[in-house]
Amino acid sequence: MSDPVSALNGARFDGIASVEEAGLCGMITLRGDFASAGFAAAVNSITGAALPEVGRIAEGTEGAAAWMSTDELLLMVPYAEVEARLAALNEALKGEHALAVNASDARAVFRISGDGARETLAKVAPVDLSAEAFQPGDFRRSRMAQVAGAFWLNGEGTFTVVCFRSVGEYVFKLLSASAHPQSAVGIYKA
Amino acid sequence: MSTRLAKQGRLIDRNKQIEFTFNGKRMTGYAGDTLASALLANDQMMVGRSFKYHRPRGLVAAGSEEPNALMQLGSGDRYEPNQRATTTELFSGLSAKSQNHWPNLEFDVLAINNKLGRFLTAGFYYKMFMYPRAAWKHVYEPIIRASAGLGKAPDKETKDADTYEHFYFFADVVVVGGGVAGLQAAKAAAASGAKVLVLEQNAYWGGRAPVDGGTIDGEAPEAWIEKTRAELAAMDNVTLRDRCMASGVYDHGYVLGYERLTDHAPGQGGPRHRLWRIRAKQIVTATGAIERPLSFAGNDVPGVMLAASMRDYVVNWGVTPGRKVVVATNNDDAYRTALVLHEAGCDVVRILDARNNGGGDLMEEARQKGIRVECGRAIAKVSGGKRVKKVAICAQNGTGGAQEEIEADAVAMSGGWSPVVHLWSHCGGKLNWDDAQAHFRPDAARPPLGDNGKGFVVAAGSADGEMALGPVLVNASAAGSKAAEDAGFPAKTVAAAAGVDSVEAPMEAVWLMPAQADIGLRMKSWLDYQNDVKVSDVQLAAREGYESVEHTKRYTTLGMATDQGKLSNINGLAILADSLNSEIPQVGTTTFRPPYHPISMGVIGGEARGDIFQPVRKTPMYEWNDTNGADWEPVGHWRRPFAYVNKGESVHDAVNREVKNTRENLGLLDASTLGKLVVKGPDAGRFLDMMYTNMMSTLKIGKCRYGLMCSENGFLMDDGVVARIDEDTWLCHTTTGGAESIHGHMEEWLQTEWWDWKVYVANVTEQFAQIAVVGPNARKVLEKLNTAAGGGMDLSKEALPFMEWRDGKIGGYDARAYRISFSGELSYEIAVPASQGLAFWNAIMEAGKEFGVMPYGTETLHILRAEKGFIMIGDETDGTVIPQDLNLQWALSKKKEDYLGKRAHLRSHMADPDRWKLVGLETVDGSVLPDGAYALGEGINANGQKNVIGRVTSTYFSATLDRGIAMGLVKHGPDRMGEVITFPGTDGKTYEAKIVDPVFYDKDGEKQNV
Repeated sequence: MSDPVSALNGARFDGIASVEEAGLCGMITLRGDFASAGFAAAVNSITGAALPEVGRIAEGTEGAAAWMSTDELLLMVPYAEVEARLAALNEALKGEHALAVNASDARAVFRISGDGARETLAKVAPVDLSAEAFQPGDFRRSRMAQVAGAFWLNGEGTFTVVCFRSVGEYVFKLLSASAHPQSAVGIYKA
Repeated sequence: MSTRLAKQGRLIDRNKQIEFTFNGKRMTGYAGDTLASALLANDQMMVGRSFKYHRPRGLVAAGSEEPNALMQLGSGDRYEPNQRATTTELFSGLSAKSQNHWPNLEFDVLAINNKLGRFLTAGFYYKMFMYPRAAWKHVYEPIIRASAGLGKAPDKETKDADTYEHFYFFADVVVVGGGVAGLQAAKAAAASGAKVLVLEQNAYWGGRAPVDGGTIDGEAPEAWIEKTRAELAAMDNVTLRDRCMASGVYDHGYVLGYERLTDHAPGQGGPRHRLWRIRAKQIVTATGAIERPLSFAGNDVPGVMLAASMRDYVVNWGVTPGRKVVVATNNDDAYRTALVLHEAGCDVVRILDARNNGGGDLMEEARQKGIRVECGRAIAKVSGGKRVKKVAICAQNGTGGAQEEIEADAVAMSGGWSPVVHLWSHCGGKLNWDDAQAHFRPDAARPPLGDNGKGFVVAAGSADGEMALGPVLVNASAAGSKAAEDAGFPAKTVAAAAGVDSVEAPMEAVWLMPAQADIGLRMKSWLDYQNDVKVSDVQLAAREGYESVEHTKRYTTLGMATDQGKLSNINGLAILADSLNSEIPQVGTTTFRPPYHPISMGVIGGEARGDIFQPVRKTPMYEWNDTNGADWEPVGHWRRPFAYVNKGESVHDAVNREVKNTRENLGLLDASTLGKLVVKGPDAGRFLDMMYTNMMSTLKIGKCRYGLMCSENGFLMDDGVVARIDEDTWLCHTTTGGAESIHGHMEEWLQTEWWDWKVYVANVTEQFAQIAVVGPNARKVLEKLNTAAGGGMDLSKEALPFMEWRDGKIGGYDARAYRISFSGELSYEIAVPASQGLAFWNAIMEAGKEFGVMPYGTETLHILRAEKGFIMIGDETDGTVIPQDLNLQWALSKKKEDYLGKRAHLRSHMADPDRWKLVGLETVDGSVLPDGAYALGEGINANGQKNVIGRVTSTYFSATLDRGIAMGLVKHGPDRMGEVITFPGTDGKTYEAKIVDPVFYDKDGEKQNV
């Protein structure tokens, strides 16, 4: 086995915001019944996080859990541990009707930071990215121009964007164009 | 002559001179000029030729309603036709050319059309060019297209050099228009705490209030505008954007804003235009009003201009279109123009007020200044050709006789004001006819309705039909408060600023000047300048039976030009109403549609251009494929190698080489794009039994089964190999194109029909790089990798038999190996994590050297499967084909009570023995059948066409068999083995092919099962 390679090998662009590929992140797609206590306990046992509220990401000590739909979560764990965590999760979910799969390699992940981060995203995603509307911990499954994408905001004002690996290059170029140094809208501050 | 005045010009900076060219001639203007004002300052009165008659045309207006001054701007990859001089801010180096003339603006050969006017009436092309029929396409149309038209289309080989972008924004209240009404409405809305966005199309705020005068809160309007703008700008909940026009209002409070970022400063860098895609809870349209022309003969002679626009040129840019000006009006506002001209030192030779009693205070003021005012008088005719020279005066209430002729070089006309109701109307806001002001104004009781059944647009100020400064501000303040309240904010009344201006006498509708103008005059009285529609054209249409305003519009082309009838609509429908002996409100308006004013095609596309025009999906091996000769083929958004072409080799050669090498040695296929869906749950087996035509629930763990999927109408929609992973988990392979759609198909059935079944589906297509290792040496290369890694998965026939799968390590990589074959050869499809796909591929390529490894592309994949008689979704199927057509009855379970498609297969047409069925086709001479060719039957059908009895679905040259092979659907095909049928090609040849078994190679399947 060789070193795993992410879609864009750490590409970076600096404009009104910095766009950089974040490298491989451990991700588990988990579907199940949110109302089940066993389900919530299993999520917590893997990530240390509680179940996220609708449209939010819940950070835990060991990872994070993001709300994808009424029966789907995206669990984030360290890439090197994803298979072990997945096995533990499946163990914890025994007796539950649930589906957990490793989706780490199916994704490309980017970080957008800097003053123009909100505007960079607001040019490609039909989402209210004003500071009042989109706050740290908010998670949105949406689209980035012509492809599916999801993103969330952390406490330091950095967005993490997740898309499919096959369109990683498209999304990187898209976000780079969106962050063109002379394209500030002048509406949102960091 | 038109010239720059010594004083005036509040928007220009006389210290900054700017050079530009018009039709190659060097001219100068000032910073703050529009192209239009700069042309006037350079005495360029004539700016183009008209559409049909090629008449000389000059500037009529000063804003976006301008119909004549359309220019071709820039050159090369920044060339753009049909740009309005009035909305083009002047910049250094601007190069403009006038349009629609040949050979040049001053001398235009096609002005002969002017003399042929009586043959070019409304609908002339419907009448004149009927016969002979063929002449339309080959003679008339090309000539008409060449003679009528606007600017030249950009060269098809050039690409727009600029970039564009979109921006999504959300607001409680969007205020359209930054005039005094818009600012007042924004202030009222913002006071409630609502998030307010104000869009102003110009580079300056306040609209036309500074030009029109009066006082606001005791100050000059300009002072109030700047104070209010600054107040709003300082508020956190308010966003102000200038150079940003709201171009359309759409359902559910969607507004498009067209922001022009660098048009005034090219070379600044960054996007040229930005399209604001705005969601608003409420929209205030403070879009002002547009002045109407008067319909008199020669009202299109350069130098005839809207009165308020002429005032704009004087006050805003310090230019006057003429030194000796005649003013014609039916209302008091035009007197302001006379006063401004007088103040600027121009000679206002006459004010012709069509009203018998004239106007109010403003008329008195004009008289006091010594301006000659005549009431009940009108313009009979303006003459002069390329510039106003003479104005013939007559009684308004007459036919145009008893004329007095006076000399003048410009005419200011005012036929009253029409509120800009476009944005109010885009989503269905209704209008009322206001008889006193002779215009349509929004009916507040019938606004466009949102999803909650309540109105989401509020009109404000002049756009709501208020024409005096005081009422405008009161109306706008109320509109702003209402919008905020309707957006869910507590009602808050904000005192409107106090606007005071002159008391005006009532206007009087004048639709034709003089009122009973004879036909000679009516044929020279223009309604629609841009499309050359005259009063006589609309009257003719009415006489010919066009009663609906929408029909008349299309017959005469009234209001169909790029200005969308901003000036002509009301005048035109008033003439129509009069001709029909009807009332204006009964005739009604045509439909208002976005955009309000043309927006660039570039901004609609936004960032989608060049390498982000469309997403390209790339597998982990994409770069390797690309550097190793891949001839790319688009498969959905994916790119897959059609073949790997070596240096000096044709694509066809490459394919033949790949086919033979895979059969004889070892081939590698990047199969990563195949869909992979995990289906899990206690009801997963039952669910898959419904999805597939064959039985999946009985599949043993560790085994694979080929499955077919039908739509509920029985048509074959997808196929693929299904693997049983554990007790309640299956992995379903789909076609490349089916990954997302079959995922959606499964979710749809689970969510809408079998919502109580315990099944989850996840699409893991992109988690894996999948590589098909194919050929007699397939096992050897993998075992070599395992040996090198010190062990790995047992890949022997016994440990991993055909149609089974195993998890384990191959060459040290985490792998899942499927013993499946789409080629008929010994074959392993191996899935590894995508992040290791390229490394694994490289490892096989390296280890495979001694075994003759070569990558192969999709064409070889197709040929290999066709040699084996395997069907391909999309080739043998086209949405009308059922499994039975393809002799796949074996895959239709008889044990299952139901599956999708089962009931549909019982329909009589599906069970019809005459359905075309799959067979192999072998040309008699070994050539390759044309793809899609039809087989001829006996006789002809009811349409006189030859009957057909089949068609080619797949056809290739088989390097293995050294001949053409094909599959096709043929009527009674399987019963006609050995028969020869004929296929006419589109190349003029006729092909003869023998019907054979579709399996051309290794009929017993021995090679794949070793």
